[in-house]
Amino acid sequence: MKASHLVVGFGALATVAMAAAPASAATLDTVKSRGQLVCGVNNSLPGFSAPDEKGQWSGLDVDYCKAMAAAIFGDPSKVKYVPLTAKERLTALQTGEIDVLARNTTWTMSRDASLGLNFVGVNYYDGQGFLVKKSLGVKAGKELNGASVCVQSGTTTELNLADYFRTHKMTYQSVVFDTSDQTLQGFESDRCDVLTSDQSQLYGLRSKLPDPSKAVVLPDVISKEPLGPVVRQGDEQWFDIARWTLFAMLNLEEAGVTSKNLGEMLKTTNPDVKRLLGTDGEFGKQLGITNDFGAQIAKAVGNYGESFERNVGEGSPLKIARGLNALWTNGGLMYGPPIR
Amino acid sequence: MNQPPKPRIKPWNDPRIRAWVAQILALVFVIWLAATLFSNTLQNMERRSIQTGFDFLSRTAGFGISFSLIPYSETDTYGRTFFVGLLNTILVSGLGIVTATILGFVAGIARLSSNWLVARIAEVYVEIFRNIPLLLQIFFWYFAVLQALPVPRQAFRIHDLFFLSKRGLNMPSPVAGPGMEWVTILFLVGLVATLLIGRWARKRREETGQGFPFWRTALGLVVVLPLALFALLGAPLSWDVPHLRGFNFVGGATLLPELVALWFALTIYTGTFIAEIVRSGIQAVSHGQTEAAAALGLKRGQVTRLVVLPQALRVIIPPLTSQYLNLTKNSSLATAIGYPDLVNVFMGTTLNQTGQAVEVVAMTMGVYLTLSLTISAVMNGYNRRVALKER
Ligand SMILES: N[C@@H](CCC(=O)N[C@@H](CS)C(=O)NCC(=O)O)C(=O)O
Repeated sequence: MKASHLVVGFGALATVAMAAAPASAATLDTVKSRGQLVCGVNNSLPGFSAPDEKGQWSGLDVDYCKAMAAAIFGDPSKVKYVPLTAKERLTALQTGEIDVLARNTTWTMSRDASLGLNFVGVNYYDGQGFLVKKSLGVKAGKELNGASVCVQSGTTTELNLADYFRTHKMTYQSVVFDTSDQTLQGFESDRCDVLTSDQSQLYGLRSKLPDPSKAVVLPDVISKEPLGPVVRQGDEQWFDIARWTLFAMLNLEEAGVTSKNLGEMLKTTNPDVKRLLGTDGEFGKQLGITNDFGAQIAKAVGNYGESFERNVGEGSPLKIARGLNALWTNGGLMYGPPIR
Repeated sequence: MNQPPKPRIKPWNDPRIRAWVAQILALVFVIWLAATLFSNTLQNMERRSIQTGFDFLSRTAGFGISFSLIPYSETDTYGRTFFVGLLNTILVSGLGIVTATILGFVAGIARLSSNWLVARIAEVYVEIFRNIPLLLQIFFWYFAVLQALPVPRQAFRIHDLFFLSKRGLNMPSPVAGPGMEWVTILFLVGLVATLLIGRWARKRREETGQGFPFWRTALGLVVVLPLALFALLGAPLSWDVPHLRGFNFVGGATLLPELVALWFALTIYTGTFIAEIVRSGIQAVSHGQTEAAAALGLKRGQVTRLVVLPQALRVIIPPLTSQYLNLTKNSSLATAIGYPDLVNVFMGTTLNQTGQAVEVVAMTMGVYLTLSLTISAVMNGYNRRVALKER
């Protein structure tokens, strides 16, 4: 018995050890020869990534994966989606199980600096909020002293929660679950008074309750949650492809290129748009992908605004306003550096 | 025990020495392999700018834990979260082992009962709960318990001292006043003295046949004397009684629903396996023993207690040990319902906030290995004591 314990132990260590083997060949080459992009996504987060009955994935994060596949292969379907929990996601990227992570992941300094990972940019500006039972009669976060709070493990949410209650000299009791389904079930069964998570998810979670009208989202936003895609550190080319995929989506919106008017736009004489769509210059080639990657992205998922409206905005059940996620030209924070 | 003198053999030909040398070489190799793997991994990770080392243990954790046996707050370190989780794991495993053993022995003996109903009930219990995955049972007890209980404001209450709600069982907790430590010490001394006297009295009875008023002495030493001192010191003990404030109860002690559900599930699940082990252990005792005991005029209960069980124990203990190990390892399913055990707190939140997977996983593995080896060692020691002594 003792011997077998040791064997199991060392076996596990060896697995971890092997998983952390040094970074090898360029990610782009690996992806191309595999013929597929492996993208880490959320298991089921309405608006961001969720599979439908036929197993087709959709959402804002999923669109990003598709855009990247379109930029590399000219085909948005060449993606393999790997659903990950909050706890699994960063390790999965470190170990090379996935090529890119697009799973509502908050860009924080320690994640960026100490995990051997790089954040590509921000594809959704979020903030943490509270979902509360209406029957408690609570109107603001500051009235939550002494509450039990359901929260998901492995998230920034867990830390912000502690900070918020401490800075406001309030006490709380956290009940920490592994998945958002369990977290919601804890809230639903009254184990907790409050459920906390990124605001964008609270509405989606609320809609899953048997009677959504019995719960309210408080107006408080207690943290900054810039969510964005992540890649491994040490492959600059791959990092650039990932980041210019995101910037291309933003620039497409700014230039007014949509999936519908792409045909006309390809004939335009506007030099900005020509560079963006690859009818002028060799910008894609500098990254090792096709020059028309901008056009491929527009064809596959449309511009950022289209993707936003379709998945989380007016065209979706979530009906989230653009707010901070509007282009900088419309008073938001979304800003794509110029392609030139 | 006179053995013939052994013929002298050269040490390198002595099979025992050879076996030892082989063992030691194997051990050295395994340790070398592990160390190489570990340092290689760390080097590789450093090359990929992943932080390594154990410095993180002294950094501030910054997250809350719902239940802790030692004082803990968000401003404590990651190192402390390790101990909080560890103690919570030991708590639920320890509780589970005690209750699963009791339940298992009762059910195992009941299965062999000549009372048809009792035997069938025990059988149904074993067959049902052995065949449902443990995780499912944990969820069942957790959400069943939660469903059945009222919200804190409508808690079941007993004399405004005990409150039972979805937040758990809130009960008064003792607060020691000045002098209480002496009462505790006296109680402990009395307990040890009682144990020693018990041994001595038994030995004397076996040797000389003289009886001893053991129970009265025990009562005096463990209960009466400490109580007298307690009264003399002016009852230096008060109670912190829970009361409802805002959303929840404050004050007193809390038995969390997560702990209860996990404890229940582990007990009921492992109890079925122990019941089977006990049953087969009893059946392994030859029927002649029972008949002989009955022929001597022992009552049914006495036959089981004094003749059958002691012999059955020899068969029962080795497989029982592995059930204890299973229960301890299974307690890590805690994380599914948010009970803050080692896996939930340390390998969950701490790992994720620090990102130091290799270190955290290695430490956690070390804990389960140590716990398992400890349980094995204790049980093997006990096994040697009850093993058949061939004379
Ligand atoms: N943005 C935060 C939280 C991300 C996160 O995982 N959120 C949870 C809810 S708070 C979630 O998406 N759960 C969905 C699931 O696991 O299925 C972070 O990066 O730590």
